[in-house]
Order: sequence, then C-alpha cells, then structure tokens
Amino acid sequence: MLTEHEQHEIRAQMALYEQPAAVVPEALKLVQARRGWVADEDVRDVAAFLGVSTAEVESIATFYSLIYRRPVGRHVILLCDSVSCWIMGFRDLRAHLTARLGIGMGETTPDGRYTLFPAVCLGACELAPAMLVDGILHGNLTPERIDEILAGYE
Amino acid sequence: MTDRPLTALIKPERAPLSLAEYEHAGGYAGLRRALTLTPAEVTTEVTKSTLRGRGGAGFPTGNKWSLVPAVDGRKYVVVNADEMEPGTMKDRLLLEGNPHQTVEGAIITAYAVGAQTAYIFLRWGYQLAEARVAQAIADAYAAGYLGERILGTDFSLQLYLHMSAGRYMCGEETALLNALEGKRANPRSKPPFPPVSGLFGRPTIVNNAETVSNVPHILRNGWEWFTKLSSGADGGTKLFGASGRVRTPGVWERPMGTPLREIFADCAGGMAPGYAFRALLPGGASTGFLTEDAFDTPLDFTSVEKAGSRLGTGTMIVLDDKTCPVGMQYSLQRFFARESCGWCTPCREGLPWVARTLEALEAGDGEARDLDVLDAHVHGLAMGNTFCALAPGAMAPLESALKLFRADFERHISEKRCPWT
Repeated sequence: MLTEHEQHEIRAQMALYEQPAAVVPEALKLVQARRGWVADEDVRDVAAFLGVSTAEVESIATFYSLIYRRPVGRHVILLCDSVSCWIMGFRDLRAHLTARLGIGMGETTPDGRYTLFPAVCLGACELAPAMLVDGILHGNLTPERIDEILAGYE
Repeated sequence: MTDRPLTALIKPERAPLSLAEYEHAGGYAGLRRALTLTPAEVTTEVTKSTLRGRGGAGFPTGNKWSLVPAVDGRKYVVVNADEMEPGTMKDRLLLEGNPHQTVEGAIITAYAVGAQTAYIFLRWGYQLAEARVAQAIADAYAAGYLGERILGTDFSLQLYLHMSAGRYMCGEETALLNALEGKRANPRSKPPFPPVSGLFGRPTIVNNAETVSNVPHILRNGWEWFTKLSSGADGGTKLFGASGRVRTPGVWERPMGTPLREIFADCAGGMAPGYAFRALLPGGASTGFLTEDAFDTPLDFTSVEKAGSRLGTGTMIVLDDKTCPVGMQYSLQRFFARESCGWCTPCREGLPWVARTLEALEAGDGEARDLDVLDAHVHGLAMGNTFCALAPGAMAPLESALKLFRADFERHISEKRCPWT
C-alpha cells in the first residue's frame, strides 16, 4: 500500500506533466525513499495507483540506474569507474574498498551498513577519482581518504 | 563588459549570487529586453549571434528554434542538464555557480519559441546543483520572472526541475523526451524532429544547459558583441576542461576557437610531474584521439573536425605514458556497453563484444584475430548502422586508438600480458 504521504506526493508530481504516467520514475523514487529499494509489491502499488500495467512499471524500474530492485544497505557507495577516474586510480580504490568492506561490486555488507556499486562518470572529473556516498560527492580520493570518510558512517 | 560572461559571476568559494545580487550584476536584463521584442526578433538575434549547441553536436541554436511551427498550441522547452558524458563536468559549474543564468536563459528560450512549460532535466547525483537550481526557480517565481503574465506582459511560463533517475542515454534528446514522459529512455525515430514533435507529441526545443546559459548575455549585449567574443566563425566563449594526469585539472571559460595548446598547457598546466603526454580525447568519451601535432588546432566545431576528431563537450581527457591505452579503451567501451539502452541490435550486442574483447586483451588472453574483431566493429557500429549516435560515438575513441596505439595492442597479444602491469 502506498502511504498517504506517497499518494499526496505522487499527485503533486502529476500536476507537472501533461500525462499522469509521466510520473512513474518519480513515484518509484518516492516509494524507494521509504526503505531504500523498490519491492515487487511497490511496483504493483505504483502501477495500480497510476493505472498503468505492472510490466510497464517494472520495465522502467529496471531501466534506470538509481532505482534499486533489491535491498541495499543503510549507505550506498557509488564509486566512479569511468575513464577519468579509471586513469586516476579507480582500480586501487576498488581493491581497497572491496577488501575493507569484504564485499564485491553490487553487494551489501553482512551488517547491512554499506552497498557498493560501480557508477558511471559523476561529472566531477577535475576531482578524479571520485565517489558518492548517500549522494554526497567525495573527490581526490586515496585509500587513506576513503578510510577517513567511511569512519563517519554508522 | 567582460569577455567571460558565463563564469564572470561564479565564485567557487562562495554560494551563488542571490536573486538581488544577480539582478544588481545585470541579471534578468536580457529577459527584460527580450520581452520588448517579438519572439521572432529574439530568435533572429540568437541566429545572428552564431551560437551553436554546446552539448556536443553543435547545431546552430537559432536555426533549431526557427524549426518550431508558428502555430498556437502547447509547446515545450527542455534544458538538457543531464551531463553524463564521461570526462565532462562543465554544466555542473554553471548550475552550481550561477543557476539564475540558466533559468533566465530558459525563460527567454520559451518566450522565443512560444512555450508555456519548460523543464530543466538535471542529472542524478548533482545534489548541490539540484538545491541551488530549485532555489533559483522559486526566487524567480516570487519575483515575477516565472508564472502568469511575466513582468506584466501576456507571456506566462511554468518552469519545473526534473531529476533524472539515471541513465547516460537520457542525454540524447529524443531519449530524454521519453524519460520526461516517464518511459524507458530509448531514442526515437527521426524525423519528426523534436522542434516539430517532441514532448507528448508537442513542438519541443531541447537545448544544452551551457547553450541556454549564453542566451541572456546575447539578449542583453546584442548578437554582434557575442560574435566578437571569439575570433573564428562560431561566436561566443566555451567552457573547456581537462582531466587525467595534468598538473591542474579543471574547467575554464575561453573564447570559442582557443588553441588546444592554450587549454592544455596554460589552463591545465601541462602534464603532472612524472608523466609524459601521449594523446587526448578533446571533448569527452565519444571523440577520437588527437596527438601533439594537433596542439595548434583552434577548439571550435569546424577546426577540430578538420583535425580528425570532434569538439564534443570541449572537456579533454588526457592519456599519459603510465596508463595503458588498451585498459583505458576497456574502461571506455565497458561504459558504453553498460549504458546502451538495448533498443537496436548492433549496439546492444556489439558493444559488449567489444568490451569483452578488450577485457581479454588487457588480461593477456588476447589473440591476433581480436584486432580484426575490433576493426570490424568500428565499421559495423558506424553512423547509419545503428538507431542513434551512442555506438558510433563509442567507436570514435576505439578507431583512433587502434591506429595510434596499434603496437601497444599487438604487444598485449604477443607478450600475453598488459605491459603496464
């Protein structure tokens, strides 16, 4: 079930577009905000609320990178692996992060604290190598700098 | 009057100008002047300015606007701020540094083409830009620059900020329109082109954020002033950038047509200590390599094409001697393979094949025939064989790498390892 707040927010978005189905990605982002990812029932709820098919909503949910169809940890790390960051040390950072967290790319730590994803260019190439943690940009990374940053997360 | 209009008011160490400060510095004067002209006169002004699209393709902006049919009915303007081309970080500077400039440009664009609704399509992950653009839009509404009967005229406009859910494909203008309609961001068949049939089937102008940010200055200072900002055929300034092992990576505004050497040596400070230059991609991941013999090339659309590449986004990615060119190519092609929308077969199947082949070469598992496979894809994924420009763009750096670094590719095969590891 969509919460009242979610229904209200989705309706507010619908006012901004000529056709209501345009808000499917926004609706998915809204339900994702509740628990960090989009479950099967969320896909069905969004489809029913907007009057579009479940398959349509699912096809959109699986297309966009920032809609997660599996559970993620409390904090999501997006490590840029595109060309400028690749040149500036992505591989060392990947080795450091996977060793420190004990997980591979796309995995979540057993304590549910972190999920680690590779990400496409973050548009911060002058600060390469870079990553986002919960949407916050960190640049000029080194393994030591990553340790300092991650010490701030519970 | 400044010769760096786009960045003159951007101070990296402080928050962007408030609305009052922006107005005090001449902000919204371009809009005020535009509203004294007819929409057709505004379009003519921009056409005469020789402004060309800053997103990579370089289409003349005024010509694009004049493709919108002069009929009543709903029309849209979309500011493409989905900056996701690898190696590109120029629009972020504008949107974080002076969001009112982009908002004002969007309003003037909408007035010129007769749009009632405009969207700023902002990439995911630009959290700071999101907050600052949203604030600028709210302030513009409060001051009467947006909403009903703007500045007492008959012109009304709603401007909304749309945050992308994340996909490189959304930068392609018809894919962006599908994304705005809440669909998968597959590109559309053209024609019809968006100025005739775009968002929800209505006439729609999609312009890059940097392009739109130039518009207030053209209206405020006149088209002749704009053409004189550069010495070449393409008027205005351009945001240039550099990343990789250069001494001072960054973004700088310089006249369109500034020689490559000046951006590389003066702005970026040349190579970082301990690194030697090999080649660079002049305008993002979808452009071909240039070498030192092209350093005198003026960085404008025509000259860079003559030199064998494309200006693209104007943000160069520099390859040094301590980075493996095959590995760099693998990084590039894996990106394109991952971001292919899957709509057309050559791109969906071809790019992963290219990426896997490069991965094998880099791991020392390559065979001589792998180079034939890569050569074949350069031709198989060329413009005309695919639905949109994504795969042809991906082949630009690969094609030039196979020529320039042939010996490096061959060493990976003969030595059965990457010589750089």
